[in-house]
Amino acid sequence: MNPLFSQSPLLFLIVVPLVAAAFIMAGWNARFTALLGASVSLFFVCVLLATYPTLGPGYQFVSSVPVVPQLGISFTLGADGLSLVMLALSALVTVAAVAVARTPEKNPQWFYACLMFISAGVIGAFASVDLFFFYMFHELALIPTFLLIGIWGSGDRQAAAWKATIYLALGSFVLMLGLIGLYLVQPEGYRTFDLRRITMMAEAGLITDAAWVYLLLLTGFGILVSLFPFHTWAPQAYASAPAPAAMLHAGVLKKFGLYGLIRIAAPILPDAVRQYSNILLILLVGNILYIGYVTIAQRKLDWMLGYSSVMHMGYIFLGFAALNTVSLTGASMMLFAHGLSIAALFALSGELRARTGTLDFAELGGLAKTMPAFGLFFGFAAMAAIGLPGFVGFAGELLVFFGSFSGGKSLMGFAGGKEIFALNNFQIATVCGVWGVVISAIYMLRAYRRIFLGTQNARWSGLPDLAGLSRTALTVLITVMLATGFFPQLLVKLIAPALLP
Amino acid sequence: MIPPLALEICVVCLGLFLLMADSFLVKTDKSALAYGAIVGLGCVLVLSFFTGSGGAGMEACGFYVTDPQGMFFKRFALLATILTLVLAIDYAPVVERFIPGSAPQAGVGEFFVLPVFTCAGLMWLATAADFIMIFCALELVTISFYVQVAYMRRSAASLEAGTKYLILGALSTGFLVYGITWIFGMTGQTNLQQIANVPASAGLLFGIGLVLVALGFKIAAVPFQFWVPDVYQGAPTPVAAYLSVASKAAGFAVLVRVLEPFLALSTLREKLLPVLSVLAALTLLYGNLAAIPQTNFKRLLGYSSIAHAGYLLVGVASYGAVFAGRAILFYLFGYLVMTFLAFLVLVPVAKATGGEEISHFNGLGRRSPGLAFSMLLAMLSLAGLPFTVGFLGKFFLFEAAMSQQKYPLVVIGVVTVACGFYYYLKIIRAMYWQAPPEDAPAITVSLPSRVAIIILSALILILGVYPQPLLRMLP
Repeated sequence: MNPLFSQSPLLFLIVVPLVAAAFIMAGWNARFTALLGASVSLFFVCVLLATYPTLGPGYQFVSSVPVVPQLGISFTLGADGLSLVMLALSALVTVAAVAVARTPEKNPQWFYACLMFISAGVIGAFASVDLFFFYMFHELALIPTFLLIGIWGSGDRQAAAWKATIYLALGSFVLMLGLIGLYLVQPEGYRTFDLRRITMMAEAGLITDAAWVYLLLLTGFGILVSLFPFHTWAPQAYASAPAPAAMLHAGVLKKFGLYGLIRIAAPILPDAVRQYSNILLILLVGNILYIGYVTIAQRKLDWMLGYSSVMHMGYIFLGFAALNTVSLTGASMMLFAHGLSIAALFALSGELRARTGTLDFAELGGLAKTMPAFGLFFGFAAMAAIGLPGFVGFAGELLVFFGSFSGGKSLMGFAGGKEIFALNNFQIATVCGVWGVVISAIYMLRAYRRIFLGTQNARWSGLPDLAGLSRTALTVLITVMLATGFFPQLLVKLIAPALLP
Repeated sequence: MIPPLALEICVVCLGLFLLMADSFLVKTDKSALAYGAIVGLGCVLVLSFFTGSGGAGMEACGFYVTDPQGMFFKRFALLATILTLVLAIDYAPVVERFIPGSAPQAGVGEFFVLPVFTCAGLMWLATAADFIMIFCALELVTISFYVQVAYMRRSAASLEAGTKYLILGALSTGFLVYGITWIFGMTGQTNLQQIANVPASAGLLFGIGLVLVALGFKIAAVPFQFWVPDVYQGAPTPVAAYLSVASKAAGFAVLVRVLEPFLALSTLREKLLPVLSVLAALTLLYGNLAAIPQTNFKRLLGYSSIAHAGYLLVGVASYGAVFAGRAILFYLFGYLVMTFLAFLVLVPVAKATGGEEISHFNGLGRRSPGLAFSMLLAMLSLAGLPFTVGFLGKFFLFEAAMSQQKYPLVVIGVVTVACGFYYYLKIIRAMYWQAPPEDAPAITVSLPSRVAIIILSALILILGVYPQPLLRMLP
């Protein structure tokens, strides 16, 4: 059969934003075209989500075209429950990002085309079954991010753009080595980049569980996800990036790394993950506690959000490190939950900057009087980020903590007739993680108080409240978080079968 | 089916014919010569796909082998020469300014004809299998380059570049001859195919070392790279492009060809591979680190060409990997595409803005979106961003190196790739972040350049996504 006619519907999903970008560059109304493209993608993802349960478990909508058969590289698209959840997140955040974007005065076409490129990149990454293309699509977002921060950013945008780009480039090349390593540890003659086949080989015990491959993957993905010592690019970049770029990057693109770890390292190299779990636990506690305290110390909303997005990655890493179905399900739900909440928060912070021109807590205050709806939305988004019950973040955190507390070898019980009670490393990390919830409550609530409560500066008396498309977009984001928060089973049913066999 | 040797004969005849034509075409525009050369070389390129396996006299003597790798480099040389001539057409007015003469366009004719002779030398070099033949072909290439580098005789920079290139070229020739002598003395052979089962004596290693030094000059490997930045900056831009692509590729063709019989011997392999690894590591580090502070675009490309020689040397040092040979050739082809694309954009921009500094690219994204986009592609590909041919090249090389357990090299490679992102993105920053100058004149691109830019841009993307057509052509 002609390969063009047997393509997966996912290809359409990747092509839509690219086509939208092409039309934007060709002179169509930039904002309208971008919004149209994003909405078409979202609609299409919803259709896929609705049809997926009828098709059975495992990868569906699969199509494959060999690209470099000599090295087992093929352009394979496919989606299972977990990737569909991530695709839904990508499409949703793209729509929201375009909706809240403020058309810049200079070169609006480039601005929206860059956003569309990032969207195509993340959708492509999550829709790829072939690790090579999974990696390639992620990189598609690198240059648009560089341009978005460098041209339309705020603050010290040039330094931020350089730092983020070089860091991400380095991280992705380390990741490339990891993927090549993963290719080389497969038995000769069967080597492939197809994730399904690699997983099958791993289940059959054909793949040597090489620790160096895992460490390369962890470093590469870790840099991309801003794991503790490699995080310094993230807060600065998010603080400087225009709101839609920060939403897409912090909300979706950064999830690529953790998604990759959950997808690749957990099923294929579990022994290596266990062997090096202590290092990862130390680093992720660094994310939660150290970055948590740094977040409290921030005096500007954009920096605070940037740091908080780094901090929350710690929970997801905890879920990954514990490596059991419960914790991995929790981690995957956190990917979704954090993506939505941080996107909402960055959208609001962008709106606030556009209205007041400052995000400094010292200058703001009492804004709830003039902008009640704005305050309400911010409150909701902050609660969702903390992980309050009712939001999907709560379900995710709870599962992560349950899973990680039961991770590792239990040191409680009876030994030699004596009762022993000690915490293993996973449990200690979990305790730190729970303390992290308190930390995030502190800084989020403080931010809320400083911005929306207290006496109002007269400068802010005439500010317009949230309205129009931005309001709709935020309503949708918060509704989805609440809906999946009250019915987490919706997500669990999709995610759990895709995790550990 | 035509014998492969006929290709070189055709090219030489074409060059002679054009020289004759030059002296008779007094009134016509001299760029007609360039168009003639492009068409002629294009015909030879087409003919190269219809060659049989000669059986010619030279081949029987073992002077000349026609293997797929040799054919690849022949086509490579033809393609590079065609692109150089396209550049030269745009650049001719600049050359004219720097050459005194009574008649208009005096001396421009040879500027279009000399690359054709270089091309013949490059093609011979690709299939030479005997040290004598290699030496003669290499000299044909190098000597014609001396003339081309120093071509603009009123330009001090060009003369300086020419002198530097001449002195260091002569030095490297000396090394080459001396090395060949030692190898001949130790093995009794100048023919590469008949060198087998030789004991790894100190004398042989010394000879190979001298040859490596000489070839190190040609491919611009550290520590034999110091001529590169000055020569690139001073030479006429088309010649700089030609030098950075064709001369380097020829160097690698010879390097692979010369090392092959020696690397096949396990005793010598143990000694040679570490040397190559060290060369690769030094070249990677120096090329990438020295490129970081550059502000002149041609100089930057000079350093970047050193850096790329480093990546290619990683491939050579990974001898034994299944994919190593193909990876090197693939990378070289990608390097041709992206380097020429960068130079093709540089020439009109430099003509319009009057300089070759990176700051002359300021605001190009708004002044000329098409050119800026092509330059963006070229830079991204040179940096090694996915969906470009440059990324796949690096990927194949790193795969080969990792399968040979060259971990230190790979780590250095990755760190230097990150450096590369910095200096290639400097151009992108200039084009898209900065505002264009107020009184910027319009940028005009000639038709052949425009066609070449479009084709090369498309090639970068197509081969970056679907490399099969090229991979299938490689041995």
